[in-house]
Amino acid sequence: MAGGLSYTIEDLNDLTQGQVFGKTLCDIGREDPTIVCLTADLAKSTKIGTFFNEFPERSFNMGIAEQNMISAAAGMALAGLKPYIATFACFASMRACEQVRTDLCYPNLNVTVIGTHSGLSMGNGGTTHHATEDLAIMRSFANMTVTVPADGIETARIIEASAKHKGPLYMRIGRGFEPPAYDSTDYDFELGKAITMREGASATIIACGMCVREAMEAAEDFAEETEDGKSGRPDIRVVNMHTIKPIDKDAIIKSAQETGTIITVEEHNIIGGLGGAVAEVLMDAGVHCKFKRLGIPDCFSVIGYPEDLYYHYKIDREGIYGTVCELLGIESFADDDDDE
Amino acid sequence: MLHNYQSRDELVAFLKQKSIEVRKKIIQLVVTAGGGHVGGGLSMTEILLTMYWHILDIDPKNPKKPDRDRLILSKGHGGIGICPVLADVGYYEESLMNDFNQYMSPFGMHPDMNKVPGIDMSTGSLGHGLSVCVGLANGARLKNEKWRTFCILGDGECNEGSVWEAAMSAAHYKLGNVTAIIDRNRLMIDGPTAEIMSIEPLEDKWKAFGFDTKVINGHDYNELLDTFENLPGPDSDKPVCVICNTTKGRGVSFMENEVKWHYGGLDEESEKQAVSDIEKLSL
Ligand SMILES: Cc1ncc(C[n+]2csc(CCOP(=O)(O)OP(=O)(O)O)c2C)c(N)n1
Repeated sequence: MAGGLSYTIEDLNDLTQGQVFGKTLCDIGREDPTIVCLTADLAKSTKIGTFFNEFPERSFNMGIAEQNMISAAAGMALAGLKPYIATFACFASMRACEQVRTDLCYPNLNVTVIGTHSGLSMGNGGTTHHATEDLAIMRSFANMTVTVPADGIETARIIEASAKHKGPLYMRIGRGFEPPAYDSTDYDFELGKAITMREGASATIIACGMCVREAMEAAEDFAEETEDGKSGRPDIRVVNMHTIKPIDKDAIIKSAQETGTIITVEEHNIIGGLGGAVAEVLMDAGVHCKFKRLGIPDCFSVIGYPEDLYYHYKIDREGIYGTVCELLGIESFADDDDDE
Repeated sequence: MLHNYQSRDELVAFLKQKSIEVRKKIIQLVVTAGGGHVGGGLSMTEILLTMYWHILDIDPKNPKKPDRDRLILSKGHGGIGICPVLADVGYYEESLMNDFNQYMSPFGMHPDMNKVPGIDMSTGSLGHGLSVCVGLANGARLKNEKWRTFCILGDGECNEGSVWEAAMSAAHYKLGNVTAIIDRNRLMIDGPTAEIMSIEPLEDKWKAFGFDTKVINGHDYNELLDTFENLPGPDSDKPVCVICNTTKGRGVSFMENEVKWHYGGLDEESEKQAVSDIEKLSL
């Protein structure tokens, strides 16, 4: 990747997704004086405050008024600026929904909206602060590009890509305590091009956001060698679908044809998000495979710490592992190993 | 009115004692929960105690009594401030909050009306409550019922355009059965309201929107009682706004007027300090 990406994995260990995005914004802000940032009383919480501190004259705290903020950003774009907006994902996608659709997407303006604390990452904040609909909402707006970085490194990559991107772009990130999904920064990143994190022939897990790491761990659990060198364990492909729209159709169709089974995993309602998008691609292509969507099963989540909720809704390592077993009609090897 | 008393002085003494108990409970809940919106919880303690013990026509043993007065906590992040008050007046056992904020608990940061008895509306996204009150109040009018609706809003929350849409419609429909109560603690998340998005002149704004508006000290029981005991009747034709000047973090020395204590957690030492400060609080 050319220039700009100035973080190593060591730097990122201490940096949350939110902090990485704040830091990267400053980097691109130094290059491009037209970049401006807006928030709605969440400068500190979303970490866009990093930019606010470095470029106070290009930063606008609009108070607790998300609708006004989004439309004002449209005005700034019309005035030749390149606005970046950060607020909680629930408010970006729902409170200011029509402003995003009609004032950013319809005129196809160069505005990047960052929804932080997405999915269930606000855990005990409850339904008002959970954002398990944002992908469905944003995906349904024409012109909108929808992204979900898997970790801090990818967050930086998407922000960098956004600097050159034309049209509105939505990026959802978590609360920021998520561990990295990549162990190296050394990979090619392009908006709309899925990344195969792990090859495999028995089934494919297509995941986004924090679920990518969980999917990787679940896949590794199958791969684990046993002392008697037991063979015949399924070999699981993991695809990181960091761009939900435009979605990488080839990666989906290829996975269905080569592995015969697809499991989608997302921190989102199973309706309308990653799982829905993948299903649409398969149906349109007339490709049939075993298929399962993991996510929030169309309900308002219980509360709890995010890890508890990931477990509850089976979008963590264990839940994904169990679902793969079910789909492939095999017993859990974990139980097997325990017995012996 | 849930408490029997002989004189105003006796009532005030009773409520002052409750102020200490509830604040201590809030601190305990912050510890249980691993963190909470403590600043804005502590700023509305006197408002809530006045309302639930004395002003609202409610029956905690029958939380859904159809002709009860309604109170909507539009600043829903005040869950940690209101839930101990609801327990105190008898909606549920205090021990139910022992798992506050934990996995599957009915009690989280933002109160859920389907899980917490006494909560009239699920809130947490700012700027919804007053509109819901407008609907409730129109409903009461249509059914010719005399109950009132009260709405507690944050001052930062008054940035939201929807608050003013609600205000406009409350005045338009002449809803004297609506009372907006502003917890005017002068702070929001990123800083003082005056610096982040100025809302002054707040009193003039509410007046201009057609509200009978009054500014009082939101920690002074006599002022609170004088105001709420003497509201115009629910049939009157002007909604009421009571701007309560308060202190965010009230009662805890290191939290008072400190922006950063909008939300926070407490270690053992700061918990002790908080409790000892509260015990010394004189209202
Ligand atoms: C629509 C919406 N936007 C943003 C938030 C995030 N938020 C929670 S509390 C808060 C500040 C509230 O300030 P104020 O209303 O003054 O409440 P207080 O100071 O009394 O806690 C913000 C921005 C929210 N809950 N809802």
